[in-house]
Amino acid sequence: MDFLNGLVVLANFVLIPATSYGAQLALGALGVTLIYGILRFSNFAHGDTMAFGTTMTILITWWFQSMGISFGPLPTALLALPFGILATGLLLVGTDRAVYRFYRRKKAAPVILVIVSVGVMFIMNGIVRFIIGVGDQNFSDGERFIISARDFKEMTGLAEGLAVRTTQVLTIVVAVIVVAALFWFLNKTRTGKSMRAFSDNEDLALLSGINPERVVMVTWLIVASLATVAGVLYGLDKSFKPFTYFQLLLPIFASAVVGGLGNPLGAIAGGFVVAFSEVTVTYAWKKVLGYWLPESLAPDGLVQLMSTDYKFAVSFAILIIVLLFKPTGLFKGQSV
Amino acid sequence: MSQSMRTPLLFGFVAVLFLLEGTTSAWIFSGSWNTALGILNMALISAIMALGVNLQWGYAGLFNVGIMGFVALGGLATVLVSLPPTPGAWTAGGGPRILLALVLGAATVVAAVLVQSRMPKGRARALSTLVILVGGFFVYRWVFDGGVGVVEAIKPANFGNIGGINPGGPDGFRDWGIITLLAWPLGGALAAGAAWVIGKTALGLRSDYLAIATLGIAEIIISVLKNEDWLARGVKNVIGLPRPVPYEIDLQNSASFVERAASFGLDATTGSTIYVKLAYMVLFTLVLLALLWLAERALKSPWGRMMRAIRDNETAAEAMGKDVTARHLQIFILGSAICGIAGAMMTTLDSQLTPGAYQPLRFTFLIWVMVIIGGSGNNFGSILGAFLIWWLWVQVEPLGLWLTQILTSGLADDNWFRVAMQDSAAHMRLFTMGLALLLVLRFSPRGLIPEK
Repeated sequence: MDFLNGLVVLANFVLIPATSYGAQLALGALGVTLIYGILRFSNFAHGDTMAFGTTMTILITWWFQSMGISFGPLPTALLALPFGILATGLLLVGTDRAVYRFYRRKKAAPVILVIVSVGVMFIMNGIVRFIIGVGDQNFSDGERFIISARDFKEMTGLAEGLAVRTTQVLTIVVAVIVVAALFWFLNKTRTGKSMRAFSDNEDLALLSGINPERVVMVTWLIVASLATVAGVLYGLDKSFKPFTYFQLLLPIFASAVVGGLGNPLGAIAGGFVVAFSEVTVTYAWKKVLGYWLPESLAPDGLVQLMSTDYKFAVSFAILIIVLLFKPTGLFKGQSV
Repeated sequence: MSQSMRTPLLFGFVAVLFLLEGTTSAWIFSGSWNTALGILNMALISAIMALGVNLQWGYAGLFNVGIMGFVALGGLATVLVSLPPTPGAWTAGGGPRILLALVLGAATVVAAVLVQSRMPKGRARALSTLVILVGGFFVYRWVFDGGVGVVEAIKPANFGNIGGINPGGPDGFRDWGIITLLAWPLGGALAAGAAWVIGKTALGLRSDYLAIATLGIAEIIISVLKNEDWLARGVKNVIGLPRPVPYEIDLQNSASFVERAASFGLDATTGSTIYVKLAYMVLFTLVLLALLWLAERALKSPWGRMMRAIRDNETAAEAMGKDVTARHLQIFILGSAICGIAGAMMTTLDSQLTPGAYQPLRFTFLIWVMVIIGGSGNNFGSILGAFLIWWLWVQVEPLGLWLTQILTSGLADDNWFRVAMQDSAAHMRLFTMGLALLLVLRFSPRGLIPEK
């Protein structure tokens, strides 16, 4: 019984939150890695792209709510999501036309594109703050729990409760659907194959008649969808605040680098590696160990390896370890 | 227009902006010398940061987005130097225990590195590294937590930190303000140490990796400052740091100073604040000029030519026998050290350390905008950029208000568009900076005063 109780605590505070957080990071890292693969630079504006997509979705959610439209037990934001993606897609393609295309044609060094993306980050950040302000926005509605802690206790008779929030399950389900769709697109469709060809060998792809502008446009549209979905899921799960989204850049980059920049499969693995390390390192293990260890060995302290304030340090440490020992990432990425 | 004419003209233009700020209250100017000097002092510090970034970016093409972290380390140095040791922190064994823990932590890392480099590759090596790291971590935490507990228990409302090395003691430390000057080089040294760690791991790989790693270290330094209360009181902030210039209140109480101020037509309050700001200005200008002289000498030396050769063609430079990664590491450390010096100076100017005030936008990206707009690769350009952009950064809000008033002057007072525009003037800073950066990169990538 003690073992089960410990397991429930572990699932409640580590496994489930880390899985949904990992799914959000994976979606974010997929966007970064796709841009890296096709356009060959690290996009610093990605966090703010997520913030922009979420802002748009929130606005439309509010509009729907004011008209009385709802999605039953699911959050209304899911209905608004396509419109948010559309707006973000327009913004990203527009940005590409106005800003990035010039440097692409000039074949500018990647580091110049990184600096340009910093400029874009400023502007998007300004736009988001202009539209929705700097404060916290909570836009989650619908059913809050699938299983609440009390129901779980009554059902199983265990001393510990397991709460599964709708947004957590939703995150995982949506992430699986999006990732499946993305891999189907990359592997089965003509456009997806041309994207992969372009990423592998640009010159050869051009030689075989692939239109680079089209590839780039499709990439931005996919990135817009991924970023908006990631942003909205994160916002539903936690809450939306522009500065938090800027700070997400670090774990997202860490995920993409761990998996190998430019490798979509790696980005997903990286997202979960980072999320699980972050949650396990900053979780206080006292309760779980109290159940699992014999009484004489039960710990006095919190058994927390690092305080939660240092969660960024975890992503960073992972990043440094990967750079030191395997700069191409776990799955072979493109870059050294 | 030739560059030899362009440089003085642009500097003259910026000087006029600052003079107008001091003399006239028309348009967006405040007409107060106090404000003008306040902006100028911050501009001088920004100019030093811009010099450091220009060293990295302009000379070597390294993209450092962690300037904020190095600046904050400089600020930490100011606290660790200028405060007196907290009574009880060292005698009760807390301070020595923390030091011992830090030494143990460092020893663990060194041992792990030694094992990695000395032992033959294989399972034994991986296992012993792991054992050393995990064991070392737990020993470190045990020693460290005990020490921290002792230190943080000392009057947490006022202290709770280890203090610094000010010899004046708790009562007389304000008389030892001059020791704060020591913090400036120490701030540079701390920043250099952090830069060494980052540079060792991220340099030699793709340029993007340095950017990502520096972004990370900056966030981590800030969270350490926020959470390690024993170090500099964390978010409880340290205020009232001693300073190397006289206090306004002492000046106001001195009869001879009041007389002198009166002879300039100033009352004692205004006179004393202006005097203090002028004193800081002189100190900062001296540091800026010294660093500028060094940077210019370096740029014109064989070392500077080698750096630019590496920047322009790494492969060719490598073929000539230059160790590109080592040179990059060297210049990355130097540039970060300069940012650390500037950070220590800034905390000295503010007389306080507030970790919550370090925002990447203000301390990292703004400096980048300064360097790129001013002219990367040219020290004078970076300094000009710092003065101009800092002035704009302060003035963009009144400027934005003025613009929205003109744009919406035809509308009624409660028109929604007018209200929205006026409310958002505060967010215009971000937008303007981003736009300025993009426009300069696109249409004048070499900046206002290009590299010769």
